[in-house]
Amino acid sequence: MYVSPIREPLVTGNKTYKKITDEISAPIEGKPGKAWYAGITLTVSALLFGLAMMGYTIWNGIGTWGLNKTIGWGWGITNFVWWVGIGHAGTFISAILLLFRQKWRTSINRSAEAMTLFAVMCAGLFPLIHMGRPLLGFFVFPYPNTRGLWVNFNSPLLWDVFAISTYFTVSLLFWYVGLIPDIGTIRDRIKSKFKKWIYGLLSFGWTGSAKHWQRHESISLILAGLAAPLVLSVHSIVSTDFATSVIPGWHTTIFPPYFVAGAIFSGFAMVLTLLIITRKVLNLENYITVGHIESMNKIIIATGSIVGIAYITELFIAWYSGVEYEQYAFLNRATGPYWWAYWIMMTCNVISPQLLWIKKLRRNLVFTFILSIFINIGMWFERFVIIVTSLHRDYLPSSWSMYEPTIVEVGIFIGTLGLFFTCFLLFIRVFPVIAIAEVKSVLKSSGDKKDKSEKH
Amino acid sequence: MRRYISAYFENEENLLRAAKDLKEKQVSIQDVLTPFPIHGLDSILGFKRSNIPTVGFISGAIGCILAFGFQAWAFIVDYPLFIGGKPHFAIPSFIPITFELTVLFASFGMVFAFLIRSKLGPGANNPIHDERITDDRFMIIIDLDEGGNQDEMVKEILAKEEAQEIKVKEIEK
Repeated sequence: MYVSPIREPLVTGNKTYKKITDEISAPIEGKPGKAWYAGITLTVSALLFGLAMMGYTIWNGIGTWGLNKTIGWGWGITNFVWWVGIGHAGTFISAILLLFRQKWRTSINRSAEAMTLFAVMCAGLFPLIHMGRPLLGFFVFPYPNTRGLWVNFNSPLLWDVFAISTYFTVSLLFWYVGLIPDIGTIRDRIKSKFKKWIYGLLSFGWTGSAKHWQRHESISLILAGLAAPLVLSVHSIVSTDFATSVIPGWHTTIFPPYFVAGAIFSGFAMVLTLLIITRKVLNLENYITVGHIESMNKIIIATGSIVGIAYITELFIAWYSGVEYEQYAFLNRATGPYWWAYWIMMTCNVISPQLLWIKKLRRNLVFTFILSIFINIGMWFERFVIIVTSLHRDYLPSSWSMYEPTIVEVGIFIGTLGLFFTCFLLFIRVFPVIAIAEVKSVLKSSGDKKDKSEKH
Repeated sequence: MRRYISAYFENEENLLRAAKDLKEKQVSIQDVLTPFPIHGLDSILGFKRSNIPTVGFISGAIGCILAFGFQAWAFIVDYPLFIGGKPHFAIPSFIPITFELTVLFASFGMVFAFLIRSKLGPGANNPIHDERITDDRFMIIIDLDEGGNQDEMVKEILAKEEAQEIKVKEIEK
């Protein structure tokens, strides 16, 4: 078999197929450690606090938030866009990198795509709560009703409904189809009768037959081909929520590509945040190697630079357009009352990723971890800046206003963080964090070099 | 009476060579069970290309037509309403939903086709020949003729490629 002489191995430490199965299934079979219990206690408390705040909002109404007549979208929509953006890395890794035949995706795609699902779940909550009466949430679907009305198909907000729900469903299908063989592996290993029954049910009776594998490969490829434009469409559609309006700072054609790049940028940051911890705690350093971290950092640098160029282009076009309102919107962002948010965004998203041009920093885990947190914060502020600073001072100075969130809004955000990390912590105990079958299939071509010299 | 022989390999290269030799000798291979997809195996076993892409295209096309048609019908025929001065038949603003539903239908179509054709699904009761085949064993199951004329030749090929646990099984029909 052809062995690439230049690339570093994707799986280190002389693995055999058996070892791969053993090590990746270990977290499912063993007992969770103290760190896991501490983690889940923290995340579930955050989730419960968030649920209480959601209940409070639904009971008392949106008046409990800091929104006012001028600023109708605050933390809620900021968090929605932030979470949807984070979801994008998972699909990017599992779909676009599959189409580009990047083998390093095999050890991170499973967890990244799980992250996508959880992030989109968190995102979906916000518009629902923001409606004020979530029980009427079904109004967004075109169903025959006594009023004889249909939903407005010309509205980007409605496109969002379709985009997000399709995105969630297709990601779930893609993820689960990929999981079926691995659930089969767990089913065949697990000792407890009850668990065996559960995993047997979930494995859909997987046997590993050659014909099934052929279909599995085929469906994975075509689903990737569909998910690739889908992931690009989702954040483009989210950006049209803003771009099709006439608010200065929102009404720009650059938004769709700029949002997509930002989404992948923030998503990879979240993947790094999660995986740098996960690989350590679950002893998966041989599968998620420093090389993997470096590859992700390279994507961060590419998308981060696109985001930086988009910021600068926005500024230039605001000046070049000669539109007074547009010019003021950007001047106000940088020097107005929310200047701090703008400069946090600029520092975290434009300046900090440029440090990754230095190879030593790209391969430094502590640095990467801290940087990933910076980017998560920076991308949150990007959405905050776009939404709040554009709204708080638009055409009519008599309506100018300020916005600050109440504890209720902050609590709901903390609650979604709790939901996200709780789901992730449960996921690593229940399903294999790394796609076992896929890692096995790249072992011979991309495993450790020592392994080969022994065998041949 | 149906007879077959089963054996397993520890290495996918041995499996590929054995499968190739057996196919050349016109032996019918019933199934090959592996822990991960083996590239090149489907052409050796003479599988036709999977029809899943076609299913995906057809179901996607259905989704596309349904979504576009429904939006156009709702806004032109069923309840024409002026929205922001836009035309009733506003093709560009129907595109996002049309695209999303195309992808949704295609994905569901393919996943159901995959599960139904492979007889997989919740509660599917497929026989598990050996629990190690989802771990690190590559199993081959070969049909034998009733007379037993092929037995020796098949066993020889399997043994040459270091196959283990070569077992002949007989099932009464």
